Amino acid sequence: MSLFNVFNVAGSALNAETIRLNTTASNLANAESVSGDPGKVYRARQPVFQTMMDRAGANTDGEGSTAGVRVLGIVESQAPPQMRYEPGSPLANKQGYVYMSNVNPIEEMTNMISANRSFATNVDAINTARDLLLKTIAMGR
Amino acid sequence: MFNNIFGIHEKALLLYGDRVGVLANNLANADTPGFKARDIDFRAVLAQTDSGAALPLAVTEPGHIVLNAGGPSSAALKYRNPYQASLDGNTVEMPVEQAAFAENNVRYQASLGFINDDIADLRLAIMGQ
Repeated sequence: MSLFNVFNVAGSALNAETIRLNTTASNLANAESVSGDPGKVYRARQPVFQTMMDRAGANTDGEGSTAGVRVLGIVESQAPPQMRYEPGSPLANKQGYVYMSNVNPIEEMTNMISANRSFATNVDAINTARDLLLKTIAMGR
Repeated sequence: MFNNIFGIHEKALLLYGDRVGVLANNLANADTPGFKARDIDFRAVLAQTDSGAALPLAVTEPGHIVLNAGGPSSAALKYRNPYQASLDGNTVEMPVEQAAFAENNVRYQASLGFINDDIADLRLAIMGQ
């Protein structure tokens, strides 16, 4: 009964979106982090999603009808860190510059809203599947 | 007499149940790059069911195992044509999928309602009151 599968599929999506929200929170928290060394400064992180095929429920073509989603890995943004002249900072290099993290707060905020929407949609899918299952169990009463 | 009490609704309920899974899968992969949204070709599968063929999977080789709980066959699973494809190759369009999900939900409950009515009719006939 694939209605039960909805819980697995939507559950995996909730997990993936939670990781996405976590990286966003991490990026926003470190948006103002500075370092004297451009190699050590915080770089924005983004999760990469991948479809997770369900082989157990595969049909004769070996192709599963349902699949969840998983986080393949976290990639760091390769955008160059910004330099800022702050000779008073204890982290400043000899020329008086510090390197800012390359986090773009606007990008992070839109990413957060998108993750929020996706999360809510999947919760909705779980609730719908639960309602349908409960009504099916109550069939004929 | 009791072979086909619920008519097409029994098969339709199973198919709507499968479709919930397929659509939930699309919703879950809304942010996955390269994912292609899929849906069940409902008319084709139900027509096949109506003409007496079995609902589940086709067995084309003697070694094939008949899986009844394996979900719809890939022949019934079609890729959705997006109104506007996104740059990362993902063809899930959230409003389209949500509308399909809601529609499927209503249809499932309608089939369930018809089955419940049939059960109530049978009960009335049995009890005679």
